[in-house]
Amino acid sequence: MSDDTFEPKIVGFMCNWCSYRAADLAGTARIAHAPNIRIIRVMCSGRVDPTFVLKALSLGADGVMIAGCHPGECHYIEQNYKAMRRFHMLRHTLRAMGVEDARVQLVWASAAEGQQLAEAIDRLVADVKALGPLGWSRNWAENGARLQALEDIINEHNEAMEVPR
Amino acid sequence: MTTQAQGASAPPADAPAKKGKLAIYWAASCGGCEISILGIDTKILDVANAFDIVFCPCIADGKVRDIEKMADGEIDVCLFNGGVRTSEQEYMAQLLRRKSKVLVAFGSCATEGCIPGLANLHSREAIFDNTYQETCSTENPGQVRPQPATKVAEGELHLPVFYDTLRTLDQTVPVDYYLPGCPPESERIWDAIEAIVTGQLPPAGSVIGSNTTVCDFCHRTRTEKKIKAFKRTWEVIPDPDVCLLEQGIICCGVATRAGCGCLCPQVNSPCIGCYGPNGDAEDFGARLMSALASVIDSNDPQEIDRIIQDGIPDPVGTFYRFSLAGSLLRRGKLPARGNGHHHPAQKAGVS
Repeated sequence: MSDDTFEPKIVGFMCNWCSYRAADLAGTARIAHAPNIRIIRVMCSGRVDPTFVLKALSLGADGVMIAGCHPGECHYIEQNYKAMRRFHMLRHTLRAMGVEDARVQLVWASAAEGQQLAEAIDRLVADVKALGPLGWSRNWAENGARLQALEDIINEHNEAMEVPR
Repeated sequence: MTTQAQGASAPPADAPAKKGKLAIYWAASCGGCEISILGIDTKILDVANAFDIVFCPCIADGKVRDIEKMADGEIDVCLFNGGVRTSEQEYMAQLLRRKSKVLVAFGSCATEGCIPGLANLHSREAIFDNTYQETCSTENPGQVRPQPATKVAEGELHLPVFYDTLRTLDQTVPVDYYLPGCPPESERIWDAIEAIVTGQLPPAGSVIGSNTTVCDFCHRTRTEKKIKAFKRTWEVIPDPDVCLLEQGIICCGVATRAGCGCLCPQVNSPCIGCYGPNGDAEDFGARLMSALASVIDSNDPQEIDRIIQDGIPDPVGTFYRFSLAGSLLRRGKLPARGNGHHHPAQKAGVS
């Protein structure tokens, strides 16, 4: 599963006030990090509905990062605590579905922590590379037996004897 | 009842009224939806006035062959309940889609998978192991498993192929309307039939029902929700006048579409979410997780984790009891993504 050419797709939800600025800082300070992350700016980590994470995974993401201000430093007073509780709830559920913990990570990064955020991104990418592709939609792709079975039913009905009324 | 005369396309009074054709079908379901249809009581006679019931294997005789012989679109309305787990069910979904002008996903199974969809946590192989081998009342020394094809003297016989993943109706064929509920309440069924007969239907693709939540119809007093522990129903006798969630009991009312009349909370039992998500929520579980996370009274990650682990031992069964197949992830991860189709044939010990 872990082949060297695998480049994971990572979706990152970053809050406007801290983490997204940390990413900006990493950029202006020319701190290199893995290019696998696609960053989506949200106003607050508390805006990240579990739906966003589930949708990312179901549409082909191999991992998701949720990043917000440090606890106690939320621009909206305590919404990052809500993000934390939601994250724990979601992780509990994803575990039961068979999604490895390392694929969805919660990270705190202040606007000054470009270096730390870059390291966290590198860690997440390395973790997901080690796990291999998620390819969630393959979980419900039935193989050719299904189409053959459908065809069999049609053929069988065509061959079946007419019952005289 | 004057349902026929109200119709926008009603014939002139002197012409003999032309009856519509109604089909009612079941796939992976329990039969409760049919019971609920019969629960509209004497109004079933009004249905019989407006429609000929051309097909309903649960309560009337009918042959698939007769449906196959119909022209496409000949059936006016098909109420389809049940999820799609086998090739036969998929065939019937495709057939009835083709023959029906309006296809309604009827009930929780067809809409979002319901209880049969919870088996999506397992593979077909694991389901067969359990059903044909592991349950304590099973005696199957020859390890006989149902085979999709069996050769007998007269030729080859086929059984439907059992899929790894139960699909909802709209994951199988295009659906015009949804009528949620496990089962849909008889009053809501009547509302839907009336809407169909009178042509007062909402835009195609919508749910026929309310958009608010069960909470809006709950008599209990609500104040601030802050809880230190989730409790399971057997652990407490709830106060009958206070919001169940405030008492620590996981009540799905906050995320669930109204339409049932708030039956469970009225008798001191929490809502379990059988009407699916309200409004346009894509994922019932995500909405419920959000709501429940907000009420946890702690900012300490360890304590939060402990409250969740202790209080919610079965997260998928709690958040997706009725909606796993219709959720964004649809199922649990399949072990060894071969989707299990080859194993039963190899293992088959048919003597």
